Amino acid sequence: MSETDTQSQRKTLLKSRTNIQGLDEITGGGLPKGRPTLVCGGAGCGKTLFAMEFLVRGSLDFNEPGVFISFEETEKELASNVASLGFDLNDLLRRKKIWLEHIYIDRGEIEQSGEFDLEGLFIRIHHAIESIGARRVVLDTVESLFSGLPSPQILRAELRRLLRWLKTKGVTTVITAERGQGELTREGLEEYVSDCVILLDHRVNDQSSIRRLRVVKYRGSTHGTNEYPFLIDEDGFSILPVTSLGLNYSSSLKRISSGIPRLDTMLSGKGYFRGSTVLVSGTAGTGKTSIAAQFVEAACKRNERVLFFTFEESAQQLVRNMRSIGINLEPWMKKGLLRFHATRPTHYGLETHLTTSIKLINSFEPDIVVLDPINAFVSGQNQTEVKTMLLRLVDFLKMKGITAFFTNLTSADESIEITDVYISSLIDTWLLLRDIEFGGERNRGLYVLKSRGMEHSNQIREFKLTNQGIDLLDVYVGPGGVLTGSARLSQESKDDAEQLLHRQEIVRQQISLERKRKAMEAQIALLRSEFEAEESQALKVIGIDKARDERFTHDMARMAKSRMSDVLTKPARTVKNGKGIRGSTR
Amino acid sequence: MKANHGTSKAGRRTVRPAKSRSTKWLLRLYVAGQTLKSVTAFNNLKIICEEQLKGQYSIEVIDLLKNPQLARDDQILAVPTLVRKLPVPVRNIIGDLSNTERVLVGLDLIGHSA
Repeated sequence: MSETDTQSQRKTLLKSRTNIQGLDEITGGGLPKGRPTLVCGGAGCGKTLFAMEFLVRGSLDFNEPGVFISFEETEKELASNVASLGFDLNDLLRRKKIWLEHIYIDRGEIEQSGEFDLEGLFIRIHHAIESIGARRVVLDTVESLFSGLPSPQILRAELRRLLRWLKTKGVTTVITAERGQGELTREGLEEYVSDCVILLDHRVNDQSSIRRLRVVKYRGSTHGTNEYPFLIDEDGFSILPVTSLGLNYSSSLKRISSGIPRLDTMLSGKGYFRGSTVLVSGTAGTGKTSIAAQFVEAACKRNERVLFFTFEESAQQLVRNMRSIGINLEPWMKKGLLRFHATRPTHYGLETHLTTSIKLINSFEPDIVVLDPINAFVSGQNQTEVKTMLLRLVDFLKMKGITAFFTNLTSADESIEITDVYISSLIDTWLLLRDIEFGGERNRGLYVLKSRGMEHSNQIREFKLTNQGIDLLDVYVGPGGVLTGSARLSQESKDDAEQLLHRQEIVRQQISLERKRKAMEAQIALLRSEFEAEESQALKVIGIDKARDERFTHDMARMAKSRMSDVLTKPARTVKNGKGIRGSTR
Repeated sequence: MKANHGTSKAGRRTVRPAKSRSTKWLLRLYVAGQTLKSVTAFNNLKIICEEQLKGQYSIEVIDLLKNPQLARDDQILAVPTLVRKLPVPVRNIIGDLSNTERVLVGLDLIGHSA
């Protein structure tokens, strides 16, 4: 409820602030001032506590003294009951800030004879109010009158008169009443108290209890109409209206490492966003907690504070187990950077978990919160409630800028995505771990199902839990999908062998080529030598012929000289011709 | 039950006072101001006591408007309330005491079965 809403309502209807955590937000500023409010609910749903807290906070925070008229518990019982909530009632009583009055009725001792009225009660309340100047009055289970006193008609009329009278006194009154069958209250008190009716409910679902509060009616004012879960713990009531948390948180651009370098690489090289919500889901034994622990260790190394909620293992067991994969969390615990909070999910109801978580977070102020695992809360058909709880937790963490890290165990027989659908929308970065069963073994695979606001790898990566932490292996994509474990190893060695063979083939081919070249060269050499032999033979013949020609020419010249012939060139020309003919015939 | 009403009442009258004769009766009537109801109650009580406990009773009228603290101390809610302080055990009767029968039962002057 925003500031302006509250202001506009103040103009129309005066409200008495309760300072009960969350209630003023739902009612838009508190209970109707100077008028009665009916708080009804079954046994053990917290009516008395609600009423008492209304008074105590009123006197402490707003300096409005209050009168508590108890029809059930004695003053002593009340004081000790609320002491468990951290209220020192005796001190308030001594300082006249609170007036406790027990009204004892025992039917067995009372006989009726004729008409009577409850003027005695009026006088007592009046006396109490006047004694401390009370502005607030509580009548705790006023219906006890009906079981204690005769004549319901008179009681009804008197109650009606009492409420009218309280209104004229101008005190803000809370009247508690037991819830009746099919009606809000056993005696139909809601007919008389028409200004504001609040219903408290305490349900048990699968052995864990959930408390809820609903404003059934608030005359003259708008109010939250939902059922709001609430909690009673050592600090009293706290109601957590979903609406009080909005979607108006700022988002960080800063990135933080997942603690696994190769996983960071898959998330565009930088890891998760600070203040985002990370979910790691997978079947049993896929290494969810280990991935969480690796993240935690990395965070602690950066000097960040981590609050680790573990719902399945004790802190010691978790630390021991993580040590086996080389993650030592103990020094960080000693240093005060890491705190474990181990509870069984069935230990309390969801709301208690939520509220205690929020309280712890507020006191420890962590940078990172781990919930391991969130499915521990799911039992039976309460997925919607779990989702609501997580939604509120996530909203709360986001508002605080705390990075949330959840793990979730999914059952093997369902599709992982379907199992987690109920929380999917809350998650920014979702890592899926899966068993890859192949070739008679199980191996761990990891992939990024989604990661809002960043590029991320689409590959399924095999990872190993080594004694130095988590190690993402190289991707091996075989013909039948990703190969893992020994299948990957055997495929790898098969590939190695093939490659060797291939290399050998190349070498072999090179050798044969070389051989061919050699053969070719040898042949060339042979041909050349043959040619050379022929050539020399031919040259020899040519030389002989030449010599013969020269001889002939010489002889002819000599003959001509001796004959004194003048034709000198002619025989030479003939010789030339003769030589040419001879050459061609050869 | 109603048929032998008169006779049983008469019968008890003769039995009970014998027991109570030796004891002192202390009755306290709580009222809130001089209302019609409180006056009626006082008058009715007076009549009954005169009839049943003549000489051995005392009536104390407490106006809660004047002594509101006593309402708390004596756990008074309804008015008028008649409290039998003595003899013990303490017994309470509320109303204007117009039903004599119920008053006698309440004061244990006749049995509850009557």
